[in-house]
Amino acid sequence: MSAPDLHVEDVPRPLAGVGSLADRVFRGVSRGVGVFVLVVFGAIGLFLAYQALPTLSRYGTSFFTESDWSPELDKVGMSAVLVGTFVVGLIAMFVAFPLSLAAALYITEFAPNGIRKTLVAMVDLMAAVPSIIYGLWGFWLLQPQLVPIAHWLHQHFGFIPIFEAATDPDAPAYAQSVYTGSAFVAGLVVAMMVIPITCAVMRDVFAQAPVGEREAALALGATRWGMIRTVVLPFGRGGIVGGTMLGLGRALGETVAVLLIISVAFDVKIRILENGTITVSSLIANRFGEATAAQLSALLTAGFVLFVITVIVNTIAAIIVSRSRSGAATEI
Amino acid sequence: MTMTAAPPKSPSSSAPPEKERPRRLRGRTLDDKLSFAGAGVASLALTWVVYGKILPFYGFVGFVIVWYVVFLLMYATVTALSSPRPVVVDRVASAIVHAGAIVVGIALISTVLYTFFRGFLVTLHPNFFADDMAGVRPQAPLDEGGILHAIVGTAVEIGIATVISLPFGVATAVYMVEVGGRLARVVRTVVEAMTAIPDILAGLFVYTVCIITLGWEKSGLAAALAIAVTMLPIIARASDVVLRVVPGGLREAGLALGASQWQVIRHVVLPTARPGLATALILGVARGVGETAPVLIVSGASTFLNFDPTEHTMNSLPLYIFIAVRSGQPVFIERGFGAAAVLLTLVLLLFAVTRWLSRPRV
Amino acid sequence: MSTAPTQEMYIQPPPPLPRHASLATLEARAISAWFGERKVLDRVSLTMKPGQVTALIGPSGCGKSTFLRILNRMHELVPSAQLAGEVRLDGVDIYDTGRRLTEARRQIGMVFQKPNPFPTMSIYDNVVAGLKLTGTKVRRSEKDALVEECLIKAGLWREVSDRLRSPGGALSGGQQQRLCIARSLAVRPRVLLMDEPCSALDPTSTRVIEQTIAELAHEVTIVIVTHNMQQANRVSQQCAFFLAEHGTPGAIVESGDTQQMFEAPRDPRTSDYVNGRFG
Repeated sequence: MSAPDLHVEDVPRPLAGVGSLADRVFRGVSRGVGVFVLVVFGAIGLFLAYQALPTLSRYGTSFFTESDWSPELDKVGMSAVLVGTFVVGLIAMFVAFPLSLAAALYITEFAPNGIRKTLVAMVDLMAAVPSIIYGLWGFWLLQPQLVPIAHWLHQHFGFIPIFEAATDPDAPAYAQSVYTGSAFVAGLVVAMMVIPITCAVMRDVFAQAPVGEREAALALGATRWGMIRTVVLPFGRGGIVGGTMLGLGRALGETVAVLLIISVAFDVKIRILENGTITVSSLIANRFGEATAAQLSALLTAGFVLFVITVIVNTIAAIIVSRSRSGAATEI
Repeated sequence: MTMTAAPPKSPSSSAPPEKERPRRLRGRTLDDKLSFAGAGVASLALTWVVYGKILPFYGFVGFVIVWYVVFLLMYATVTALSSPRPVVVDRVASAIVHAGAIVVGIALISTVLYTFFRGFLVTLHPNFFADDMAGVRPQAPLDEGGILHAIVGTAVEIGIATVISLPFGVATAVYMVEVGGRLARVVRTVVEAMTAIPDILAGLFVYTVCIITLGWEKSGLAAALAIAVTMLPIIARASDVVLRVVPGGLREAGLALGASQWQVIRHVVLPTARPGLATALILGVARGVGETAPVLIVSGASTFLNFDPTEHTMNSLPLYIFIAVRSGQPVFIERGFGAAAVLLTLVLLLFAVTRWLSRPRV
Repeated sequence: MSTAPTQEMYIQPPPPLPRHASLATLEARAISAWFGERKVLDRVSLTMKPGQVTALIGPSGCGKSTFLRILNRMHELVPSAQLAGEVRLDGVDIYDTGRRLTEARRQIGMVFQKPNPFPTMSIYDNVVAGLKLTGTKVRRSEKDALVEECLIKAGLWREVSDRLRSPGGALSGGQQQRLCIARSLAVRPRVLLMDEPCSALDPTSTRVIEQTIAELAHEVTIVIVTHNMQQANRVSQQCAFFLAEHGTPGAIVESGDTQQMFEAPRDPRTSDYVNGRFG
């Protein structure tokens, strides 16, 4: 065998070019589609921002401090709307988080093997049901059940500000309508829409908890819950937090169900049991019909603010999930 | 000293000396069953006695809640008497997890059942599916009028939305998976963000662009566009996942035969992914069918049958339901529930098709 | 004659750290195992003597690991798994329905083929993880002494004594495996099962672990599954040769004194295997 020829240089050589015309056309068209989609979605944000300019320049920062929404009086502000949006969103998360966690743990750890697939299908089905159907269920079935509970909360915990309401709870025939159309009821209905999203993410990460660590815990004599607490939950931390934030993003943007339930009231308040609240999306849907051009700009500004908030929350959620130990392979 | 076992007998030769009896492995011990049952019965009895009389609660839901809390306390106490702490924690945690899952199950099932229960009678009227509401007053009895215009409207709008969003969605997914690159990663991030956008904002966008800037009338076409904007990210993301699962070896085999990239995609990748792509489409359609908020904004709610998306307003199922149930007229509300039952059936059917399509193939 | 489980066995919590628990005999009687319809073990009986290392050898797929997992009730984690026969720890059947499952697992510990320390815990917390999981209360001063003792026995103390609070996942493979051994020892098991503990490790770590096994044998009864015949010869005093021929369930062909099995096996198949003619 001859020795390597030392006169020839050991340098990488350029490889042949891009390929046929068909390939180049394909890649060009494909890239074009991608760019188009990017433009369309970017345009949503830009358009909303553009339309928001007249309103913001007109009202300035008072747009965020004013609570009233009376365009005819030239008083428009988002403070009540923003507070209401977050109150409803937080109530929804407060209810949805433990329920999603329980459902996800049940599906991955406790459910008998045969019904696991059915349960997963049920949760996915929950995500597919249109929000208007949940709105109907919430208004006609759930709300009447919640009124006594709201009344009880007011009666016994009314000293806590969020449970206060403008009525006398100890009157023998208490005013039922005060407890309807409240952030509390709306939050619970929105929770229904959030649970399948959060549960799906949590379920994904729990299922990926490494079998070796599970067996190690069991072999030490741990009970099932001990194993879950030591192996599954720490592993799934990223999914739990990320899934929750994703659910929050959804809760903040829910429109129809909220609209069907609440009575519109522009007060900055945290009394969740009391009748009357407002969120950004329900504001837009509600006031859209009679909006003049200027009023429309105000609504679009509100929409833009919602857009920014939702994008931020969802981006944080995506980052948390993808950077966690469990999230590397999870799709949200 | 070694012991040698006889060589294993083959199954056909002499029968084993005695039949082996498998052990019970995973059943609950007697202790498990008794403490659970005991705590359950005792807490029910206790709650029954004191509820409403001594405790300041009332109502059925309250009863169940109190019973559950008492049950947990009793269960924990009984277990603590005979078992170490980890077992107590395990049992209580298990009871809590089961309860949470049951609550979620009840919520879902009650939603579905309630909608069907309330809407069922209305759907028995044949005119419900055959007529529209033109000329019918809202409080007219149920044998007049129907939701045909809403059904047609939904069909037309979804049809147009699908024609727009399906090719773009799949093409975007093809771009993200097959071509790739830095820009593709940006596109993927944006698509993911867009799946979570509140639907009303999509409606606002179409309203601003089409109706204000371009001066269109409120129409079915505008609604279809708004629906397409919400469907597109879902189809794109679901297709993205499906295409990524296609094994790289298939692509390599195609290329090794001398095919161009587009040929490989067209003849190998897409056909392989076809069931998954169908699922992606149906997921998008299921979402589009239920869209209320954007439709509320950009398409007026007509009462007459209208096949033309570019002329006049067009109604659709979710919009019809929304207006009906908010009208305050009892008969109209019942019609709304009937339409809700139809919508829910449609979604369930679509969902069942998705499940059937993605069944494991032999 | 069986000993009925007495009242004490499942009312009291596990006794806190007896200094030198008496050595236990583990006896398997007529163990048969199935996965669904497929039978994988046929009437295997073996007595694992106290204070000795028993090695289970044989080619892959003959049921050695399944048998090992039956000894500490890990077999039943697989949904389709079934089992017949008895496993007796000091005369008491661990599969008795009155016995608590987690107690059996605590008394019969296991070290796995792939080291699996808990990554979110520090080295210190990993060692005492078993105590936390079984709800055994230990005073803080005793805990420190326990950690040191277990790490010394596992042959890891010198290397990690200065960084007990650093994460358990940051060690090398051999160190992780020794950490897992220390963790298993902390709950004071009567028996320690080891499923090919060195197969994923380099020769140096293997040597350290074999040394650890030799020292541990005086305190705990050890059962080790190994593919490596030379290792079986090095570490064990008793040996059992498993074989599953052509679709039949696995069974023990020959068992007994290690030296005798290697030098003068009685069964020709044993002789073939230990001389490397197959497997």
